[in-house]
Formats: sequence, structure tokens, C-alpha cells
Amino acid sequence: MLTDTFKLNQSAITLLSLLALLGIWQLAAGLVHSQTLPYPLQVAQVFWQATQSGELPYHLGVTLLRLLVSFSIAMVLGCAIGVTLGNNKTVDAFFDHWLVIFLNIPALVTIILCYVWFGLAESAAILAVVINKLPNVIVTIREGTRALDKDLLEMAECYRFDRKKTLVHVIWPQLHPFVMAATRSGLALIWKIILVVELLGRSNGMGYQLHLFFQLFDVASLLAYTFAFVAVIQLIEWLLLRPLDRKALRWRR
Amino acid sequence: MNDITISIQDKTYRSKHAEDRQHQVIADLQLGVGRNEFVCLLGPSGCGKTTLLNMIAGLDSHYQGKIQIGSLATTARIGYVFQNPRLLPWYTVRQNIEVVFEQTPPAALIDSLLADMQLSDVQQVYPERLSLGMQRRVAIIRAFAINPDILLMDEPFVSLDAPSARQVRNLLYSLWQQRPHTVLFVSHDLREAIALADRLIFLSPPPMRIISDIPVHIPRELRNDEAQIEAFREHLLNQHPAINGLL
Repeated sequence: MLTDTFKLNQSAITLLSLLALLGIWQLAAGLVHSQTLPYPLQVAQVFWQATQSGELPYHLGVTLLRLLVSFSIAMVLGCAIGVTLGNNKTVDAFFDHWLVIFLNIPALVTIILCYVWFGLAESAAILAVVINKLPNVIVTIREGTRALDKDLLEMAECYRFDRKKTLVHVIWPQLHPFVMAATRSGLALIWKIILVVELLGRSNGMGYQLHLFFQLFDVASLLAYTFAFVAVIQLIEWLLLRPLDRKALRWRR
Repeated sequence: MNDITISIQDKTYRSKHAEDRQHQVIADLQLGVGRNEFVCLLGPSGCGKTTLLNMIAGLDSHYQGKIQIGSLATTARIGYVFQNPRLLPWYTVRQNIEVVFEQTPPAALIDSLLADMQLSDVQQVYPERLSLGMQRRVAIIRAFAINPDILLMDEPFVSLDAPSARQVRNLLYSLWQQRPHTVLFVSHDLREAIALADRLIFLSPPPMRIISDIPVHIPRELRNDEAQIEAFREHLLNQHPAINGLL
């Protein structure tokens, strides 16, 4: 009963907060009264047209595909390297310096270099995103591997768990929160980088479109695309990440 | 015939930071444990009892010497009840027991062990929601369920209140009588050790060696008799005054 009212209150607050934001926007647009700040309704119309013409879904789809490919490569490689470094102090001491350097190279530099060295190709674009994301995954998973509970690993060894069994039953449940953290921060990072990659060297995708709107000073389209973008991120969070969290953490007190 | 033959010349912990800081835990330890014998190891804390159990379990192989288990050292099943329960927190009580089996877990056996330890009601509960005493009982079931050739127990009753400790001790004892196997039991508590063991091994502070090796001749059916235990203890302490300083 109590929790029900609380939930109701929460959704009321969410609704109110979003409406307030919309209200401020409407008010500001009225005050400025210029093409550079369109009304919410105008943006909604542009959004609807772009969706119906298939233009927005196409470019959004292209960007999502790039995101999926580069994210998967970065996560798989990052987990493998992160676990290796977390388990082996010598290898870690050697590669730690590389990691620090790669962590501090600005994203833009990697993108430009990839295009210069490998041409304005799809593979160069993916590679640029992967190189930007990889060090973050490695560092997070390395922390997770270092934090593995030695007591439980000893228990597994004593009860003759083989490698696969140890990985599935003992290691993976402990790494899971770190993988989730790497996933969340990774998605946020890749979203931002991938647009720059597209802006600089691709002829489709969200980044390319935003660049086009900038040249045309088409703010309504720009905002319409932005909202599509934000909505997709929220959908991924709600439909994919949260349920995964809940499933994995139900044993916690 | 010995089930476990231990012959360790040297076990030294080396500090990684300073070469000169070495800590010899065991020097020249010889111990044989017979088949289905219940042996209690007693000694001051920090004397290396846990280290010795880890070496027997095969978790620590950095030592000079030899530990032979049975005739086929590689196939001996070892049940180990650690000092802390070491349950997998993401699995329920029952899953924690089932996970240690290579083949299909024996449902009937697990049911009866859970019932014996009075854990049937909580078998679907996650360990972190249970008291430490209950978690310890789960760890004991896990070690028993695989029907081990050798059971290692590292102070499994420590930090339990006296009634729970007594209850779990009696349960352990009846389980052991139903299915005898070799037990090495580390304890601080002389009364507990006398109540359970065939043999008491008293160990010195490091470097660890055996100070005395005393058989307990109280008949099994009298082990629940407090007076018997107390009398044995008095006698023991009078005969071996050195023991008093150890515990």
C-alpha cells in the first residue's frame, strides 16, 4: 500500500518535471521568436515527417548498427584483456603505461589518425570508436578481476571445479557488476564519439545528418534527431540494462 | 595403514617486499592419520593450522616435503569446511550444495542432510539472508554431501553461541558415525576436541611442531557426558602442564 503510493508519487513527479521542461522551452521560444529556437510543436512536426519519409529511421539505424558492432568488439576484447591484466601482475605492469597513454589520447586525434591511415572507410570508423572505448573497458574489468574473492576461488579449487565451471559459477557473477558499469559508461561514451566519427568521414548516420542541419541552420531537424537519439538511449536502459541488473542482483540483501 | 601421511621439512612465507622478512611456519613436521580416524589439531592461533589444512587440500603447494593422501592422491575427494563459510552469495542454500557435484546432485541425500541440519525451510534462501550459524551448517552439508574421503574442518563452530555449537557438533558427530571417513579438525576448544576426536594433536607456536599426540579413550557412547569430558580434560592438563600455555 505504502509502496504503491510512493510509486504513484514518483511517476507524478517524473511527469511534472518533463512538463515543466516543455513549458520552459515553449516560453523561451515565444520570447526569442526566431528560427533558431523553434517551438516544441514545430519540432514534433519535423520529427513526424522525418520518421514517415524513412530518413530518420535510416540514419538512426545506420548509427545504431555502427554502435552495436564497435561496442561488441570493444567489450569482448576489453573483457579478455582486462581479465588477463587483472590476473597477471607482470603483464599488467608492462601494459599499464600503454593504457595510461591510450586513455589520455583525445578521441578526435584517434578518429583523424584512423581516417588518415586507413582511409575514409567503414572499418576505419569502427576502429576509431573501438580504440576510444577499449581502454575504459580494460581498466574497469581489470579492477573487477583484482577484486575477485580469493576465498571463493580456493573453495572452487578444493571442490575440483574445472575452468569452465569456475568461470560460470564463481567468476562471472562477481564480474557482472563491472561489466554492467563498463556497458553503461561505454554506451554513453560511444554515443558521443560515433557522431564525431560520422561527421568527419561518413556519408550517412546521425553525425552526418547533424552536420548537414548545421550547415543549413535547420535547428528544428537538429532537435528532432536529438530527441530520437535520447529516446533510444532511454529505451536501451529500460528494456535491456535494468532487467539485466535486476536479474543478476536479486540475491543481494 | 595411514590415510594421510604428512612429512614436511619446511614451509616458509616470504614477504614480497623485503628479502630479509621470512616467516617459517612449519619445520620438520611428521604426522600420520589412519583411515576413518577423527583427529583434532589444537594449538595457539597463528601457529599455522590453517596453512597445514590448505596444504593438505592442495591449495598451497609452496613447501618442501610430501603429503600423501590414500594410495591414489589425485582421486581423493576432499571436503573442506573453511573458517568462514565461503558460500556463493548468488546461489541459494540448495544451489550452493548442488554446485559442488560434477554429475547430477543426489536429491534424496541433500534432502536428508538439510533436514538433519534443520535447514529444509531455508533451502531456497540466499546465504546473506541467513545467520552465520546457518551459513556454517550449509558449508558443513556441502562438505559432507560429496561423501569425501577426507574431511578437513577449520574451526567450524567458532563464533557460534554455545547451544548452537553443541547442536551442530552433535549433528556433525552423528553424520560422521553414519558415514565414517577420515577427519582432520582444527579447534581452539579442548572440551569440543575431547568430545569429538580419537586423537588430539597439540601443536607449538611457529615454527610448528607436534608437542604431544594423545589418544582419547573415552567410549563413543559416553562422549555426551559432560563429567567424562571434564574428567579427561583435568587429567590431561595435570599430565601435560605444557598444554595449558598453548590454549
